[in-house]
Amino acid sequence: MKTTKSVRLRNRLLVAPAVLGLALTAACSNSSSSGGSAHAGATLTGDCAKYQPYAGHAGTQVTMFASILSPESDSLQKSWSEFSTCTGIKISYEGSNDFESQLPVRVAGGNAPDLAIIPQPGLLAQMVKTGKVVKPPAQTVDNENKWSPVWKTYGSVNGTFYAAPMSANMKSLVWYSPKAFQQAGYQVPKTWKDLMALSDKIAKAGGSKPWCGGIGSGTATGWPATDWLEEVVLGGQGGDVYDKWVNHTIKFSDPQITSAMQTVADWMQNPAWVNAGIGDVKSIATTTFQDAGAPILTGKCWMLQQASFYEAQWPKTAKVAPDGDVFAFQLPAVNPAIANPVEGGGEFLAAFSSRPEVQAVQNYLSTADWASSRVKVASGWVSANQGVDKSLYTDPIDQLSAAALTDPTATFRFDASDMMPAAVGSGQEWKSLTAWFAEGQSIQRVAADIDASWPQ
Amino acid sequence: MRMLLAGTQLADSAWNDAAIKLGNSLGAIAGFLGILLVVFFVAGRATGRLGRPTAIAVLLGPAVLLLLVGLVAPLIRTLYLSFRNDDSTRFLGGRNYGWALTTDSIHQVLLNTLLWLLVAPLAATGLGLALALAVERMKWQALYKSLVFMPMAVSLVGASIIWKFVYESREAGQPQIGLLSELVGRLGWKHPPNWILDHPLNDFLLMAVMVWVQTGFAMVVLSAAIKAIPDEVTEAARLDGASGLRLFWYVTVPMIRTTLVVVLTTVMIVTLKAFDIVRTMTGGNFGTQVLANEMYSQSFVQFNVGRGSALAVILFLAVLPLVAYNIVQLRKERTTR
Repeated sequence: MKTTKSVRLRNRLLVAPAVLGLALTAACSNSSSSGGSAHAGATLTGDCAKYQPYAGHAGTQVTMFASILSPESDSLQKSWSEFSTCTGIKISYEGSNDFESQLPVRVAGGNAPDLAIIPQPGLLAQMVKTGKVVKPPAQTVDNENKWSPVWKTYGSVNGTFYAAPMSANMKSLVWYSPKAFQQAGYQVPKTWKDLMALSDKIAKAGGSKPWCGGIGSGTATGWPATDWLEEVVLGGQGGDVYDKWVNHTIKFSDPQITSAMQTVADWMQNPAWVNAGIGDVKSIATTTFQDAGAPILTGKCWMLQQASFYEAQWPKTAKVAPDGDVFAFQLPAVNPAIANPVEGGGEFLAAFSSRPEVQAVQNYLSTADWASSRVKVASGWVSANQGVDKSLYTDPIDQLSAAALTDPTATFRFDASDMMPAAVGSGQEWKSLTAWFAEGQSIQRVAADIDASWPQ
Repeated sequence: MRMLLAGTQLADSAWNDAAIKLGNSLGAIAGFLGILLVVFFVAGRATGRLGRPTAIAVLLGPAVLLLLVGLVAPLIRTLYLSFRNDDSTRFLGGRNYGWALTTDSIHQVLLNTLLWLLVAPLAATGLGLALALAVERMKWQALYKSLVFMPMAVSLVGASIIWKFVYESREAGQPQIGLLSELVGRLGWKHPPNWILDHPLNDFLLMAVMVWVQTGFAMVVLSAAIKAIPDEVTEAARLDGASGLRLFWYVTVPMIRTTLVVVLTTVMIVTLKAFDIVRTMTGGNFGTQVLANEMYSQSFVQFNVGRGSALAVILFLAVLPLVAYNIVQLRKERTTR
């Protein structure tokens, strides 16, 4: 390996006069071919050959800021380590659970990262509004065309494409214990009616609560409650109402939304149905979403509505499988007339710099190659990229999510609160829904408060 | 082999990095000293009639300039922004202030802030004074003092996380994982509330964290002030028949009055930064929001710079009397000396 270094050094020494010569000839002959030769020193060979399109930026550093923390961020870093070693582009990653409030502060302060992994299209729109987001390079746009078109709209603001999606997650899941269900003789419910009947049955059997829930999440406290409301709106009113709700043509105070809130209240605020020995309905507000599902393993509760990424929260000893200690079923539609509603989320890579090495990273991360590389590192991660071979997914939850997310018959919608303006979707809605659970505020007041926060 | 190489390269680049940074810092320091030399040289050359004004300009100039840039300009800008809309593109008149003074949730915020300002500093100072007096004649007093002082070394965020565990609550009958619930359970209170959720109790539980951190500071400073009271004064008072509470009230307190005021105002200023406690423990939920945190959340979470600025101005106006009182006190002090 030492030879590579000295060869590279020698090449660089050779290239310097060559470039100078070229510049001279270019000046004389007005030739347009000088651009390509500057990269001549960085021909990648062997295992590195496939990274040739990204070569020529050795020794550079790209900063990346995201909300993804260890252990998931370790898998991310592992997924591009070969890229980094081969191209010499160092990706300096920083994860923060305060990402949503820190990113705007950094951008406003002129201290923006080169790249940010933004999970909310609403926040992306806010960042684009600052004028600091840089449009992606042509190659990324090309790669993006291999994804299903709906994802491109989520990464776009006012019709302009800004950020390529990276991962996708499936939100319409209910976690349960197949073992416990089997022992008690319970069936996985196929309709909302069955689900409610089962909850009632479990509650009447006594000794445990059918549901557990937790919406605590630091400064993002409240977000799991927005998911519950979204599931009920999408599965009860359909995609059309959902879209109008997202862009505020249908307000929170509209009867269609308040009745959905009532359905959520009958479900997750039913004192007979929650909250797994942790406390009453209010305790949902102080229980962190990470801790919420743990009582399923001890039989203190039976079901938890949470996204596919909740898989990472189960202890290593719990077997996640259709016949294991825990698994998930798809949340049935509240209204049986709505065909297969699927709510999902995802993450988008936005750039605040157009330096060539930043664009190289952007290009690489929008390829199916990178997505496959990430899938191979560890389970619990699904790409929305249709170019990824589905047989790569080894984990049953990943398989389930990937199938649902690419199912052509599904009524797929992106997480509504993530699409709404940040003032609402990651501000007042979190706060008001938390107050709804913690302080028992009325549905009317909650709806009115959220509507009032909508930017004029 | 590749790993090793990568390692040395990394080390190389780290060294280079460090060397460059060191160079930059040294350059900055040299530049600063150079400017100072020039300034003093000019000041030294000025003599006679111009001497005094030049000296004043040279000595006050930098401070005034920094104050203008760092304090006055942002203040004016914040005032300006507080009259404009969320992204400062439209003039709104006083509507942001109207919103702040008429919205229920902001009423709660203002009330909480006032409560914090009244209760936390008084409790911390009072407790500190009591401890200072109690410890005064004890053996091993250094040990007790260090123990009480120790929380000062914990950051407010760290303290908040510790206390969050203490206030953790589980349903009655289940094993408790929070210290407070377990304690009151052992003492016979079988159905304690969910501490962090129970308003207005949670306000005071959050203040307890501030008091826990600040009491040590109050105690150490006040204890030093008490020790500085000349023995003759206390002896004379005793000969005159004063003792116990009367001695404390009519001799000790007036003698340490200045220190008391300093401690109280210092803790008050820290209290206005209660931001970190509220943010860490409840995120402003459950009716515990305070002005500093709401201001941040309006500006940087909801991206409403206008409302955030209006709240900042209100906070500024609230602090103003405190600062004014402090200055008046200092002036009085000077004239009596």
